[in-house]
Amino acid sequence: MIRLEGVTKRYGRFTAVQPLDLHVKTGELYGFLGPNGAGKTTTIRMVTGVLRPSEGSIFIGGHDMLRDPVSAKRHIGYIPDRPSLYEKLTGSEFLRFVSGLWGRDGAEADKRAGELLELFDLSDWSDTLIESYSHGMRQKLLIASALVHKPDVIIVDEPMVGLDPRAARMIKDLLRAFADQGGTVFLSTHTLEVAEALCDRIAILHQGAIRASGTMSELRSEAAAGAVGLEEIFLKLTGRENVSEIVAALRDQGAA
Amino acid sequence: MQSESSAFRVLVMGFIAFIFFTIVFAIVYRVLGHFRTQPGLGDLLAGKLLGMILLAFLSILLLSNIITSLSSFFLARDLELLGAAPIDGIRVYTARFIETLMNSSWMMVIVLLPILIAFGTAYGVNARFVVTTAVALGSFLILPAVVGTAITMVLVNVFPARRARDILALIALFGAAGVVMLFRMLRPEQLAQPEGFRDLVDFIAVLQTPQSIWLPSEWTAQSILASLGVGADTGDLFPLLLLISTAAAFFVIGAWLHGKLYRDGLSRSQEGAEQQEGDDGKQRQRIEGILAAVPVTARSLVAKDIRTFFRDTTQWSQLILLAVLVVVYVYNIKVLPLFSGEEVGFFLINVISFLNLGLAGFVLAAIAARFLFPAISLEGRTLWLLRSSPLDLRSLLWSKYWVGLTPLLVLALALTISTNILLRIEGFMMVLSIITIIVMTFAIAALALGFGAVFPKFDTENPAEIPTSFGGLLFMMTATAYLGVMIALEAWPVYSMLQARQLGMPGGGMTLWLILSLGVAAALSIAAIVIPLRVAANRIEALDQ
Repeated sequence: MIRLEGVTKRYGRFTAVQPLDLHVKTGELYGFLGPNGAGKTTTIRMVTGVLRPSEGSIFIGGHDMLRDPVSAKRHIGYIPDRPSLYEKLTGSEFLRFVSGLWGRDGAEADKRAGELLELFDLSDWSDTLIESYSHGMRQKLLIASALVHKPDVIIVDEPMVGLDPRAARMIKDLLRAFADQGGTVFLSTHTLEVAEALCDRIAILHQGAIRASGTMSELRSEAAAGAVGLEEIFLKLTGRENVSEIVAALRDQGAA
Repeated sequence: MQSESSAFRVLVMGFIAFIFFTIVFAIVYRVLGHFRTQPGLGDLLAGKLLGMILLAFLSILLLSNIITSLSSFFLARDLELLGAAPIDGIRVYTARFIETLMNSSWMMVIVLLPILIAFGTAYGVNARFVVTTAVALGSFLILPAVVGTAITMVLVNVFPARRARDILALIALFGAAGVVMLFRMLRPEQLAQPEGFRDLVDFIAVLQTPQSIWLPSEWTAQSILASLGVGADTGDLFPLLLLISTAAAFFVIGAWLHGKLYRDGLSRSQEGAEQQEGDDGKQRQRIEGILAAVPVTARSLVAKDIRTFFRDTTQWSQLILLAVLVVVYVYNIKVLPLFSGEEVGFFLINVISFLNLGLAGFVLAAIAARFLFPAISLEGRTLWLLRSSPLDLRSLLWSKYWVGLTPLLVLALALTISTNILLRIEGFMMVLSIITIIVMTFAIAALALGFGAVFPKFDTENPAEIPTSFGGLLFMMTATAYLGVMIALEAWPVYSMLQARQLGMPGGGMTLWLILSLGVAAALSIAAIVIPLRVAANRIEALDQ
């Protein structure tokens, strides 16, 4: 469903994403992990068509994102990390606006918006301007907006940020159910437990390149880490020493 | 590339500043030169002129300080950090006060400089003038900054923060509109026409009366003029001392008020916004009904633009300025002394009709700078949604173009037809004016959108700041140049043709010349419509957030 071939992103002399090859199958929940600045968000923005790659090709449902972006984007529901919303629209107006961008309107679009607002506990706030929403409510509205046009693919960057435990649990269930029903999820997260519990396959990105990818057991054998959790594998593949140095520095300061 | 672009900016800004400086200096210097030829009366006139200028500046500075202090004291992004830091209140006040004063006053000082230099040059610059002007101007700037900050402090404590921002924006806009209207309706040009007064004694009595002895603008004017040896009592230091001591006392009072009110005000401003409802279903049906024929995607974009515009006080309140601009413009046309005495020449009326067309075009460009130029910048933060949706970004451009163009076109026609009627322009000239203004409006809208896409400003907190950016300035320069060329292309051949007809000369060659000129004007306008829209479309496609 999602295929990346030699996708690269350069900003001047700095290469944010090294040539990247990746394939996410239909019905798969694919996790994208990496430390801060690894290139996760840049990759996600290229996959959604927000950012243009310096080199390489991206295919969504067989459509080339660069040559036929409109067809490719029809498949996608995108949930970015801490985005801006239209502060002067209400929640329901925002959902209808997003439906309109995907060419849907009328009673069916209204019904779908109402259902999603209900699902995300936002019905009481549906006619309130978004500027009055809390961070968690915005995040829920954002997730609702990614689902409002019934996408085949959900691309999500840090889905749990700012959500209360109940909403976080609901999102986890929702993403899993979406994949189980044949949808494709491309998920970037820092929360390793989420990735470990949810994802069918995981890729670990470091300094713009994939260091390892596969199922949990494949990652374990690749990292030669024995029967350990994802956190150990992640730290081993992305430089555990850095963490030890920070802890040591903090201890020294505390002693002083 | 970066340094080339900033060098270009410096060059353009420097050029504009130089032209502006020269023009202001030349006008004031010439006026003062004229005053100096009137013994006795000239000094009074110079004093009155400086007093009026400073009074206008004082009003603008007060409004500007109200808005700026709200940002620096209550809305700045670093306030959370500052609030948590162990810093003494008086230090916070002093730092934020200086920031407010600098941000709100630098432009006024730049505009004042050529005026003051012209005064110095006209009356013989000396060391006392330089020192007095620096001290007086510094004290003069402090006063509206203290008062503006205090007004903001009180309002933030009374109203919720977001509401206070809206109210302040409205106060500032109504205030600015009031100042412009009042200044225009006072007809300052009458001062240059002593014959309008009953007798010389009346005229001198008006000149000798200060605007008010309580106004710091008057103290500043008196201090500066005394240092130049203008007026009766040139050794009088009282106005200067009054100004300095009042500024110092006001600063102390401001700091005391800050100590009393700031903590609560800041806390209120950090609290969440009050719950605000959207419109009811009827309004939605109305908008969707009007746009029924438009494709779904474009309809969604247009409806969103209309809603967000009318719900954002910082945006819709600019309509007040627009209304003032239009009223002052029509009023100026109305009071033109064309039909007061003897019959005015046929040609003069035609020349004026072209001038009117150019000025109406300029008014439209100013409005386009306010409303169309920021259109792409305002989408900046939500571009992630538009870019990730299957929206053809050209649809975005077209929806912005038509949403901006339609009201602009209505206004253009209303303005041109009404002023033409006031100027008693009919027949061929009326038709030509209408066609020209329609074409020019299409081009101005395209230029505004094009420049807005090429020079977007995504990081601004206040949409009202976008038109005053570098790109906005370039747009106004380009639009003015385009209007100038259009008027020149039409005015000269029309004037020659009408003159030939009036004199009974054969007009065949003239008609050909007219057709050629109109053809060039049409080609220029098509280029001014197509090129900016194409460039804008490419820029939007290439915008990497």
